[in-house]
Amino acid sequence: MTAQGPIIPGGISCRELVELVTAYLDGALDSETSGRMQAHLQLCPPCTEYVDQIRASARIAVVATAELELRPDRDALLSAFREFKAR
Amino acid sequence: MDDVIVDADAELLARLRAGDEEAFMTLVDKYGPLMLRIALTHVRTRAVAEEVVQEAWLGVLQGLDRFEGRSSLKTWILRIVANRARTRGEREARSVPLSSLGPDAGEDEPAVDPDRFMPADHPMYPGGWSIPPHSWARMPEEKLLAAESLQQVRAAIAKLPPRQQEVIVLRDVEGWDPEEVSQALELSPGNQRVLLHRARSKVRADLEHYFEGVEA
Repeated sequence: MTAQGPIIPGGISCRELVELVTAYLDGALDSETSGRMQAHLQLCPPCTEYVDQIRASARIAVVATAELELRPDRDALLSAFREFKAR
Repeated sequence: MDDVIVDADAELLARLRAGDEEAFMTLVDKYGPLMLRIALTHVRTRAVAEEVVQEAWLGVLQGLDRFEGRSSLKTWILRIVANRARTRGEREARSVPLSSLGPDAGEDEPAVDPDRFMPADHPMYPGGWSIPPHSWARMPEEKLLAAESLQQVRAAIAKLPPRQQEVIVLRDVEGWDPEEVSQALELSPGNQRVLLHRARSKVRADLEHYFEGVEA
């Protein structure tokens, strides 16, 4: 590839893109902006990584705040086991 | 130490194959909390996570004959629960209604430190990453969800301004829809999203900072 002027995938710069991530994930962007964002993401691994990290952070937040005893329902599992054996 | 764990699992596995109820419950107590934790990262509610864990155990029981012990029992069980949870989570994500809200502002508090981007007049990559984020994809799930990572996220959320905290907890922890959150907190849809955006951006940045410290 030769340098032929600025490269701005989808016409959105990376710096602009990170500000659109939340609206993008909520499906709240107009279709044109959303399409440009997708075009950018297809060409830009760091921005794709960034979007993945925002998703991952949300995922980790769920676990982090589930401070309750994380014990699955034993009784339900026991009856499921008995049912399975009886088949 | 690992040998002991593996041997204990091998023994439990043999008993489980023989239909031993006590062995099953021992495994439930041993791996149940981790399974639930994994499930919770993909689905929105505790109730759905419990269902996923139950489905996963049935998958384990059904697959016992085929399990050849090439991976550890623990890894095998976790893979089953992660797959079920992922499938369930994707189904949930697709059913989230799209909101038809306009774009929002919020320029004053950038999501990412501006120093990590090339200047706007850069001849080649204006506004492109100069310090791109390192990939988290190579990080094992156990590390991503290690107690320290969870503590980081709790701390990151705790130090957010209250409104941002409310929104991120309702949206990302409780899994509410944007509309529900806007209504509950009496926010315009745009403000709701700005608050969520700032909150998520900061939590991500704190985690990134933490992971980089650990890697180094």
